[in-house]
Amino acid sequence: MNKTLLIIKREYLSRVKKKTFILSTVLTPLFFVLLITGVTYISVQDVDQEKIAVVDRSGLFKGNLENTKALTFEFPAGVDTSNYDDKGYSAVLFTPKDSLSNYQLFSKKQLGVFAASQVENQINKVVENNLLKEKYRISSKDIDTIRKQASEAKVDKFYGERAEVKKGNSGLAYGIGYGAGFLIYITLFIYGTMVMRGVMEEKVSRIAEVMVSSVKPFQLMLGKIIGIGAVGLTQFLIWIVLIVGLFSAASAFLSPETMQQAGEASQQMNGQSAMAAKAAAGFNISESLSGVNWFLIIGCFLFYFLFGYLFYAALFAAVGSAVNEDPQDAQSLMLPITMPIIIAIMLMIKAVTSPASSMATWASMIPFFSPIVMMARIPFGVPGTVPYWQLITSMLLLVGGFLLTTWVSAKIYRTGILMYGKKASWKEMWKWAFRKA
Amino acid sequence: MSTILELQHLKKYYATQKAVDDISFNINSGSIFGLLGPNGAGKTTLLRMITGIFYPDSGQILFDGKKFDPLNDVQLIGYMPEERGLYKKMKIGEQAVYLAQLKGMSKADAIEKIKFWFTKFEMQSWWNKKVEDLSKGMQQKLQFVITVLHEPKLIILDEPFSGLDPLNANLIKDEIHRLAQNGSTIIFSTHRMEQVEEICDHIVLVNLGRKILDGTVDQVKQAHKQNLFSIKFDQPILPEHLATYLFEVKKTKGNELILQKHAEFTNNDILQYFLGKGLTINAFNEILPSLNEIFIRLVENTNATARAFQPVA
Repeated sequence: MNKTLLIIKREYLSRVKKKTFILSTVLTPLFFVLLITGVTYISVQDVDQEKIAVVDRSGLFKGNLENTKALTFEFPAGVDTSNYDDKGYSAVLFTPKDSLSNYQLFSKKQLGVFAASQVENQINKVVENNLLKEKYRISSKDIDTIRKQASEAKVDKFYGERAEVKKGNSGLAYGIGYGAGFLIYITLFIYGTMVMRGVMEEKVSRIAEVMVSSVKPFQLMLGKIIGIGAVGLTQFLIWIVLIVGLFSAASAFLSPETMQQAGEASQQMNGQSAMAAKAAAGFNISESLSGVNWFLIIGCFLFYFLFGYLFYAALFAAVGSAVNEDPQDAQSLMLPITMPIIIAIMLMIKAVTSPASSMATWASMIPFFSPIVMMARIPFGVPGTVPYWQLITSMLLLVGGFLLTTWVSAKIYRTGILMYGKKASWKEMWKWAFRKA
Repeated sequence: MSTILELQHLKKYYATQKAVDDISFNINSGSIFGLLGPNGAGKTTLLRMITGIFYPDSGQILFDGKKFDPLNDVQLIGYMPEERGLYKKMKIGEQAVYLAQLKGMSKADAIEKIKFWFTKFEMQSWWNKKVEDLSKGMQQKLQFVITVLHEPKLIILDEPFSGLDPLNANLIKDEIHRLAQNGSTIIFSTHRMEQVEEICDHIVLVNLGRKILDGTVDQVKQAHKQNLFSIKFDQPILPEHLATYLFEVKKTKGNELILQKHAEFTNNDILQYFLGKGLTINAFNEILPSLNEIFIRLVENTNATARAFQPVA
C-alpha cells in the first residue's frame, strides 16, 4: 500500500476511534438540538397564567381586551391595590378617566417582560381603536378588517439578472452566511490546532526520526493533514445527519401549533431571542427554504472548508515542527497564523450585512480570508451578489495559496521535526523555508 | 568480501559549522562496523545521510554498488536513532505492524514476523499494551525489534545498549551477532569503547567532522601501540638488571616489569638481554592500548567538546 495512504489511515483511525471523538461527535448535536428545542418549548409552555383585574374608570376596555394564553382580563367590582391578591388576581390595572395617559399596573411580583408588553400592546390597540372611532367614525369591525388587509401586504424580494429572476430572502441568506462563515472559522481553529498538536507529539516523542527513515517528511506531513481533514469531514457528516434527524424528531414532538405560537411569540419580542425562536420555527417556512440553492451552498461550503483547512493546516504543521516540549512556545508562534483567521471573522461579520461591498469582495479573494468571507456572501446569490468570475477567482487563488503554504511549510517542517533544543524563531523558520535544497 | 556501503567524499555544512567534512570509507557486507566519535563529531549527521534523511552537500553514497536511492533503498535499511521514539498512545502490536508496513512489508508478513520476534524476546503479552506503559528498557527492546523486523540488509544502531540491564544487553548483543552471521551488515554508533572492542570488526573514528581512524580493531591497536611489554620473572627485579639502552622502565612491581621498548630493537633483543643476565622469564606479553586510550589520545586537546555546544544550523 502507498505509504502516504498508510499514514492517512493511521492518523484518521487513531483519532476516530478515540472516546473523546465519539462523545463529542454524538453529544454536540444532541446538546445543540436539546438547547434549541428546550428554549422553544419553555418559551411557549412555561408562560405564567396572569389573571389581571381591570378597574376600568374610562369604561372603554370592558369587552375589548382579548384574553390570551398568558393573560386573562376580568372586570370585578370592589378590587383595589389592597385586596387584589386576596381575590386571586396576580395584578390590578387602573385605567384613567380620559383614557389617554396614566395607566397603572400593580402586582406583587414583577410581571414578565412578555406579559407586560402584551398588556401594553392591548391597551395601545384599544386606545387607537377608540380614537379612530371617535374622530373618524370608523367601526371597530372595519378597523379589524383594515388591519388584517394591511398585514397581508408582504414584500417579495427578487434578485438576479432579468432573464432568471429568483425569489430571495435576505434574512435567511444572512443567517446561512453568518452560520457557514462562523462554522468554518471554528473548524479552522479546531482542526488546525489538532494538526499542530499531532506534529508536536511526533517531535516530542522522537518518533519523527524513525518515521523519516521510512518515509519522506512531506509524506508524513501530508498524511497527517489529510488524515485529520478526513476526521473533520466525518464529524461534519455525522453532525449534519444527526442534526437533521434530531430536528425532525423534535418538531414532531413540538406540535405545529406550538411552532406557530413560537413564531407569534417571537414577533412580539425583539432582538436575539426573537431570532432564536424564529430559527426554531424556521421549519415551517419551507417555502423560502426551497428558494435557496442548497446544492451550491453545501458544495461551496465543503470546498471552502476543505481548502481553507488545507491552507491553514500546512501552516499549523510548520509551527508545530518548530516548537519543542513547551506549549507556551506554541502560543507565541501561533499568533501570526491565528491573526488572519480572527481578522477574517471580523471581515465576515461586515460582509454579511453588505455582501456586495468592495471590502467584502476583496476579502473574499484573498486566500487568508476567503474561506470565511466568501461563505458569508454566497448565500446572497450566485451569480447575483457574487458573480461567477469572483467565485472562480477566489477558488483558484485559494487552491494556489494552499499549494504555496504547503510547499513553504514542508521545507520548514523537514528541518523543524529533527531539531531539538530551543524553539525556532520566525526568522530561522524563514531561513529554513527559503534556503536552497 | 563485497562492499555494501561506500561513502565517497561526503560533505554536509551547516550555517555555523562543517558537520561532515569530506569523509570517505567502505563497509563490507556482513560485517559489524563501529562508527565512533565524541559528542558533536558529526556521527548523527553522517547516519542521517546514510538513512536518506539528509542529502549530502557533495560527495556520494553507493549502496550495494549502485548510487544510493533514498526513495527505494530505505526499505533495506533499519535505523534505530539515539533518541528513541514511538507513538506513546498507540497499541504496541498495531504500532509495530504500522511501522513495518511503512518499510514496505505486507500486513500479514508483518504480523507473522512480529509474532516471531515477540515470542523470541518474551514480549507476547505486550501486544495490546501502550508504549507509555513500558519501562525504558522494555521500550528499548521493542525499538530494536521494530528496527530489524523487515530484515534490512543494513541495520544502523545508535547506542543500542543504553538503558539496558546486562541480561537484556546480552540478548541484543547475541542478536546482533546472529544478524551479521545471516548476512546483514550492522553499523554501530557509540562512545562505549569496551563494547566496540567486543563486537566490532571494523571501526572508523570521526572527530570535528573528519575521519581520523579507519581499520579493524586489531589494525588500529597495532598502529597505535607504544611498544609496551610486561615481563614476569621468577624473582624480584634488582636495579642493576635494568641499566640498558634497549628500553625504558615504566613500572616495576615485585616480580613484574613494565617497559617501553625503543622502536629500533626487536622483542628478541630484549629477551636475549634478560636471558643473558641469567634471569628466568615466566611470562612476556605485549600490552596493546585499549580503544578507549586511543580514543582519548586522539580526541583530547582538539576542541571537540567546545564544538559540541555550538548551535547546529
